Amino acid sequence: MEKVESSKKNTVAYFLNGIAQWFKNNLGILIALLVLCVALSVNPITAKTFLTTKNIFNVLRQISTNLFLACGMTMVIILGGIDLSVGSVIALSGCLAAGAVVRYNMPLGVAMVIGVLVGLIIGIFNGIVISRTTIPPFIVTLATMNIAKGLAYVYTGGSPVRVVTKEWQFLGAGYIGAVPTPVIILIVVLIVTAIIMYRTRMGRHIYAVGGNSQAAEFSGIKVSRVKFFVYAYSGLMAGLAGIVLGSRMYSGQPTAGEGAEMDAIAAVVVGGTSMAGGYGTLGGTVIGGLIIGILNNGLNLLNVNSFWQYVIKGAVILLAVFVDYIRQENKDKIKVQVK
Amino acid sequence: MATDVLLQMKNIHKTFPGVYALKGVDFELRAGEVHAILGENGAGKSTLIKILGGIYSADQGEIYIEGQKVEIRGVSDAQKCGIAIIHQELVLVPYMTVAENIFLGREPMKGAIVDSAKMYEDAQRLIDSYGFNISAKSMIRDLTIAQQQLVEIIKAISYNSKILVMDEPTSSISEKEVKFLFETMRNLTAKGVGIIYISHRMSELSEICDRVTVMRDGSYIGTRVVKETTNDELISMMVGRELKNYYTRDFSKDGEVILRCENINDHKTVKGVSFEVKKGEIVGFAGLIGAGRSEVMKCLFGLTKDYTGDIYIEGKKVEIRSPSDAIKHGIALVPEDRKQEGLFHIQSVKFNSTIVVLKEFIKGISVNRRKEEEITQRYIELMSTKTPSMEQAVGKLSGGNQQKVMIGRWLATSPKILILDEPTRGVDVGAKSEIYAIMNDLAKSGMAIIMISSEMPELINMSDRIYVMCEGKITGCLNHEEVTQEKIMRLAAK
Repeated sequence: MEKVESSKKNTVAYFLNGIAQWFKNNLGILIALLVLCVALSVNPITAKTFLTTKNIFNVLRQISTNLFLACGMTMVIILGGIDLSVGSVIALSGCLAAGAVVRYNMPLGVAMVIGVLVGLIIGIFNGIVISRTTIPPFIVTLATMNIAKGLAYVYTGGSPVRVVTKEWQFLGAGYIGAVPTPVIILIVVLIVTAIIMYRTRMGRHIYAVGGNSQAAEFSGIKVSRVKFFVYAYSGLMAGLAGIVLGSRMYSGQPTAGEGAEMDAIAAVVVGGTSMAGGYGTLGGTVIGGLIIGILNNGLNLLNVNSFWQYVIKGAVILLAVFVDYIRQENKDKIKVQVK
Repeated sequence: MATDVLLQMKNIHKTFPGVYALKGVDFELRAGEVHAILGENGAGKSTLIKILGGIYSADQGEIYIEGQKVEIRGVSDAQKCGIAIIHQELVLVPYMTVAENIFLGREPMKGAIVDSAKMYEDAQRLIDSYGFNISAKSMIRDLTIAQQQLVEIIKAISYNSKILVMDEPTSSISEKEVKFLFETMRNLTAKGVGIIYISHRMSELSEICDRVTVMRDGSYIGTRVVKETTNDELISMMVGRELKNYYTRDFSKDGEVILRCENINDHKTVKGVSFEVKKGEIVGFAGLIGAGRSEVMKCLFGLTKDYTGDIYIEGKKVEIRSPSDAIKHGIALVPEDRKQEGLFHIQSVKFNSTIVVLKEFIKGISVNRRKEEEITQRYIELMSTKTPSMEQAVGKLSGGNQQKVMIGRWLATSPKILILDEPTRGVDVGAKSEIYAIMNDLAKSGMAIIMISSEMPELINMSDRIYVMCEGKITGCLNHEEVTQEKIMRLAAK
């Protein structure tokens, strides 16, 4: 690399270069997404319904919950960890927020804050245990997953807490202008997450700890602080997802968010983030979430039996990860050659 | 020395797309000899060994074993030919016993059940026959690295291997254990086994090897009888030019004391260590593995938090309980184990170069990418790191260049005190010499450098003073005028 050239680069060039690099890195899944969209647009059964504003907003509304979780999960997985508790946090946060309105007549804003705080608190708990001990994140969050789910059932007695006010529905089912509220919230969340990941020291530290936590420690990075932050953030995102989903369903439901952690992990992994930690992008996760969301939507439009939908979804995840695996293998081969 | 030829590799060629890795290499191994292969990183040593071990197949060339032409198409072919490779990274199963590891995949059976009694008996007999003090029933993870290496050797021998390849076997064991390893190697050669020995340590050649073959850039350069050659000749064969001034050092006049440690004690390994370092000095730390040298530095760098003792920097007492405290006080540590403790392998040279100085170009949420590249470029140039670009994944660089990135990372913090723990381990001769020159420049500019090293020549030629440690204590301090290898050894093995 020429020194002169690099110092002359201006911000625009950086930006374009970054975009080009991004397309190159995510080429595989971008093509997959494109193929999926084209297929649904030309298929006679779905052509009329798929490419309508209504349907597209509908899809985005549906995937917003998953992408909230996936934003936190991307960081968690880059860190080399896993957060299984987020699905249950959705249930608990939704139920407590709904309960705050229905049972205690609290103002809506307070209820929403309670819902988000519930997620944050569970995230903080995960973060404290994982950063202060050597208990694997899988085990810690498996435990909090059960605890949160249990608490949601205990609080509601097993049946949904219905909220019928119009205001309650604004967050999940409402619109700002012509755009569904959750889509607006999603855009904000994505921007905030991208800023943390790419424009702060914390972001770099997450990659460093995930890549080699011992080397991170030797580099003066406060590893436990980084871990704490990431799990707390993941919890916060789950709390947010909880109130948005609760709003969309007009109720807090103890069964809400069941298996949502797996959808989030799938979006992250399909997006090319390495389960081994140290590598991954938020952009990839967004595409991964879109693929899964549009696939769901397409299968519904095609009237595919919902039992079969699971099978197809599983196969697609496997395929995506397999393609990534092949790519990695090829990279390793190149590495040998250089040696 | 028996003269019957055990192995002959003739005109071996190997290309990988874009890389001509071996360009017609010849190699010959006789029964009962230890034959070293020398070469810088990238010379093609490991490719040659991998062809012998059946991991790669050669594009062209022939392999003869005891005069018989053989085709080695896979690892099992190599095993059948009596070739065993002991890799640098040991590949034993940690949670199995010694005997289970030795007989892994070919356990003696009694019907459908493993005949454990026989297995342990056979294994123990093998171990005893070489006079190793290891129980066949011990768990691998309870053994030291050196003991594990011996188990690997026994495993290899138990396949009736006649050709043993050892890839840097001494890089992670102490000198006492090296002695024992060499003795074992002599036992094996006495029984007619031929050993191919790969090492970066020149000093070991005269001690254990009979002949040495030098490779450079995938080509065969020559074979010499060790007794009839000199280190200088071998080095110039390896590097392809005369290396003048292999060590560069302008010894320091007395500077002022910048660092003083008093009675450092980590309650495990380090037992009351006191020393001082002056500006512009390179201070060596010598000792056997396990003497506690790295552990002292871990206290000084705040990686060990619960040590006792006092640290003074420029006369002022400082409190260092974390690496970020240490960095604040101008201390930098380039760790011993680059792979584990240093590098972020899949990340770029840029990421690796700047991870400690993010503050200089990331403020809040604003990233000054130009500054980031400037910093990276500055230390690539200063260290003359060879990398295709600053976006290159650091794991793909050679050991020498990785080490240069590591040192550059820490120089970017403008440290007053630079601690280098085994700065040239796994680094080829050319890069070593460059690193010495850089150390000299840094010291001349007033930096205080602490160097831990297990390589005597490096310590003796580079250090103004050498502290020698033994069992957690400093047993002596030698000035560079008076230091000899014997004096160091006497203090190190008290």
